[in-house]
Amino acid sequence: MKPPPFDYYAPASAAEALELLGRYGADARLLAGGQSLVPLLNFRLSAPAVIIDLNRATDLAYIKEETGRVRLGAMTRQRAIEFSPLVKSRLPLLAEATRWVGHLPTRTRGTVGGSLAHSDPAAEYPAVATALDAELVVRGPAGERVVPAAEFFLGLMTTALQPGEMLVEVRLPALASNSGWAFEEFSRRHGDFAIVGIAAMVTTERDRCRSARLAACGAGPVAVRLRGAEEILEQGGLGDLNINAAAARAAELVDPSADLHASVEYRRHLVHVLTRRALKRALERARGGGAAPLRS
Amino acid sequence: MAKWVGQPLKRVEDPRLLTGRGVFVADLPLKDPYAAAILRSPHAHARIRSIDASAALAARGVAGVITGADALAHTQPFAVGVQAPVKYYCLATDKARFVGEPVAVVIARDRYLAEDALELIQVEYEPLPAVVDPEDALKPGAPILHEAAGSNQACHREIVYGDVEGAFAAAAVVIRERFRFPKYSSTPIETYGVVAAYDAASGVLTITSNFMGPFILHALVARALGLAENRLRFVVPPEIGGSFGIKTSIFPYLAVMGLAAMRTGVTVRWIEDRREHLLASSSGVDRVAYRELAARDDGTILAMRTRWYDNVGGYVRSPEPGCTFRPVGNWVGPYRFANLAADAHVVLTNKSLTGPNRGYACGHLYFEIERMVDLLAQRLGMDPAEVRRRNFIQPGQFPYRTPSGGLYDSGDYPAAFERALEAAGYDKLLEEQKRARAAGRLYGVGLAVAVDPSVSNMGYITIALDPAVRARPEYLPKSGAIESATVKIDPLGKVTAILGTAPQGQGHQTIVAQIIADELGLAPGDITVVDEMDTFTRVWGISSGTYSSRFGSVGTSAAALAARKLKDKLVRLACALTEAPAESLVFADGRVMPRGGGSRGLTLKELAGRAHWNTQALPPGMEPALEATAVFGFPLADSPDAQDRVNSSNTYGFIAEVMAVEVDPETAEIKILRYVTVHDAGVIINPLIAEGQIAGGALHGLGGALWEELAYDSEGQFLSGSFIDYLVPSASQAPVIEVEHLATPSPFTTLGAKGLGEASSMTAPAAVANAVSDALAPLGIAITELPITPSRLWHLLDAARRRPR
Repeated sequence: MKPPPFDYYAPASAAEALELLGRYGADARLLAGGQSLVPLLNFRLSAPAVIIDLNRATDLAYIKEETGRVRLGAMTRQRAIEFSPLVKSRLPLLAEATRWVGHLPTRTRGTVGGSLAHSDPAAEYPAVATALDAELVVRGPAGERVVPAAEFFLGLMTTALQPGEMLVEVRLPALASNSGWAFEEFSRRHGDFAIVGIAAMVTTERDRCRSARLAACGAGPVAVRLRGAEEILEQGGLGDLNINAAAARAAELVDPSADLHASVEYRRHLVHVLTRRALKRALERARGGGAAPLRS
Repeated sequence: MAKWVGQPLKRVEDPRLLTGRGVFVADLPLKDPYAAAILRSPHAHARIRSIDASAALAARGVAGVITGADALAHTQPFAVGVQAPVKYYCLATDKARFVGEPVAVVIARDRYLAEDALELIQVEYEPLPAVVDPEDALKPGAPILHEAAGSNQACHREIVYGDVEGAFAAAAVVIRERFRFPKYSSTPIETYGVVAAYDAASGVLTITSNFMGPFILHALVARALGLAENRLRFVVPPEIGGSFGIKTSIFPYLAVMGLAAMRTGVTVRWIEDRREHLLASSSGVDRVAYRELAARDDGTILAMRTRWYDNVGGYVRSPEPGCTFRPVGNWVGPYRFANLAADAHVVLTNKSLTGPNRGYACGHLYFEIERMVDLLAQRLGMDPAEVRRRNFIQPGQFPYRTPSGGLYDSGDYPAAFERALEAAGYDKLLEEQKRARAAGRLYGVGLAVAVDPSVSNMGYITIALDPAVRARPEYLPKSGAIESATVKIDPLGKVTAILGTAPQGQGHQTIVAQIIADELGLAPGDITVVDEMDTFTRVWGISSGTYSSRFGSVGTSAAALAARKLKDKLVRLACALTEAPAESLVFADGRVMPRGGGSRGLTLKELAGRAHWNTQALPPGMEPALEATAVFGFPLADSPDAQDRVNSSNTYGFIAEVMAVEVDPETAEIKILRYVTVHDAGVIINPLIAEGQIAGGALHGLGGALWEELAYDSEGQFLSGSFIDYLVPSASQAPVIEVEHLATPSPFTTLGAKGLGEASSMTAPAAVANAVSDALAPLGIAITELPITPSRLWHLLDAARRRPR
């Protein structure tokens, strides 16, 4: 398990990294936290001619609040997100999802941008980004563009990033008032890739559901927004029966595949169960100010 | 008398291990080493038409490439323990028979260059149909792995003990069930590592590795390489980073790296990576078993019949088929029934090879027996605890001879069992279950009991041969279980002990210091224990090594006996020095003094100084130097008799477990709420180490039952090649394990101790399967296959809910 030979660059800024990326294009791979790329190299499943290591590009690591949203630099470590008071108060869904991302040592290296750009179908962050309509800021030879999450995650480990482009930032909407959130996940062991994960955010207006946001990971080739289930809630409210109807609809909206750990039917069933659990917990928080305990 | 034995002393090994100062095989400084990398078959079954290594040989830094042609020309196939003509070489020669089988080895300046060169080797494969299921492999038309054998059956034995037919005819109840036990491994933190260096001048091949015995495998490697045994030196560095049985199976790599060193003339170092380890190191067998149980309507078991298929993979690698026969003597477990029929099939398929893995076939055995006992209880509407009570061997029956020849040394099974029930609050758990069921929850209580065999008798493996074969005049019988230790006292009265055990982290240094401290009246800190191994300088026997939970009884016995030899010598010396009559002095509290006291006598230090500095004053006939070697051999480890009866192990402990679980009716997740385990391993020398072993064994068994599986698809492609898919339980999966001990000392060991290194790995699969079955009994679900993954369990729940009731 040793990688094939490659040339290695360690740029000190995003601008330097982009210049290198422009020079080597499709021959280059960006190395962020390395939690996915390094195993792929060692297994010789990926053999890029050039590795551009972003770990010294410190201008890509930040968490900043703006009116109504939070901006995260692509090289922000998952561990920094886990412990950020700002994330805890403004992006509590991201904070809760982070608890399901790998293990302490992997979160210490792993980055938000690395996880989003890798787009593993079972990863938590793409589901959160999809649920919250995140904006992904992409920089390339033609300058900067902002890609909505709905257009960023295209398929199995495939994103809208073009050769020569890199993800530099993700922007997430801050928690609105009267809102509740929950991230539910089932995995074989805590810290494993999700068999199924559900990201949920609901905003209430008196007894009505003003908006619902639902996305699943582990239930298809790519993180999937469960719009049909959201509509049931927005139209029919957050009563138990309607929550269950929405959860049942969610299970119809996913396209899971079977692997060693779970069958298609089981994954679909888990989408139903976890969507219901996530919605109930999110609703409790929306009503009660968000004191519901984390399940783990 | 025992001051140190029985104390929970902290391990002397731990400061160096926990601060990163342990010296493992990969840490050894070497002169001009080369790295080896192995090309492995991507096919489950394929004929190798040709290998072209010319481009690899020309690549940068490459010193040589070894292929099957070299193995054919320069080595012999390994001896196999069956009669089927299965030729097993250290590299694939004619065909590849499992994904990951070594096909070629590149020797290069470093591992990176070696792996680069692997990609340049051109192998022309002709893919062949593969078979992975042991029953399918025996069906007509199945792909044949070894054409010379004519079938995939490597070994078949039908053995009947007692009057099985009569018992079944007389039975009021007969239970039948089919079981599947999965293929899983141990994944120690340190993988295999081998350094091979050949000195052409002396003709000595030195192999340094994390090999842990049994040392019978030294002879196998010597024979494969065509070396005299005194030209093959095995060295084991101070530390081995765990094994749990798996490192027994390193020996083919010792041979192939030895061959590479001999062919290239360079020092070859190979450190197995984790992918290779999962793909091709070793595992326990996966087994399909059909069991029948005959009983009276009061729950008394009369007989069992069992037919099973053990999947040993592409070849029979020694000590297989130990998977099938290691528990021969304890095939009846802790129960009294006298009639047993075994129909054992050892089957070759296109999976990786198998070998000892913690519990070695006992996890399989007790999963089946204990599930059968629960099914019997369910059929009769009896409490599973009561059925067990009615069938236990009773305390007055020891030593107890089992129908298959085992000689259980000591025990009080009812007492240990009741202790477990009491510790768990069994009655309260059953009440809790009533409440839970009333509330619609799936709550279950499971019991499992087992006889825990340790120190295997080398002779057991020959049960694989028909008695007629064993009766031939040219046949060489095998028997015994021995271990050695050397103890020496220096001129200032401190002690060095030298072991031949090759431990893998079990704490032998701590244990031996405790024992010798008691024997010689010293403190453990006065004793230095050397446990690295070198076959050129250490005493060792064919059965030496640390496997089969043997150190706790056989290794400790040897250490104590060596110390006692020195005590005798010191007493004789003191008699001479003080002109006291023989027998008038005794050794006590670290000194030799008059029997009955009255004088301070001579201390160990005083005697040691006199013995070393003034050898002319030794009494006539006394050999100078204070050094003694003892070799302890079990007295009752005979070879099998003509009726296939054999005392397959030498000490037999007992385990009783109670587990409570709850199953999430929606996700099918299993939560272990209580886990109580009571062990009788005789005298416990160090409770800290013992409980560490028990907890590790329990989690290992739960791993096999719930998480771990070396999985293959139907074409023989391997599916669990990394820790993303091979799920080893970690601290967050570990339940609280409540451990209690009960001690019935073994009459056959010096200190009364028995082994317990495998311990709950044998019972945890049965306990959790019984508990989950109990939880799901209202739905009519009985667990017969492991691992119980949430997906599989949910499908059982889903099907049960759809069944019309």
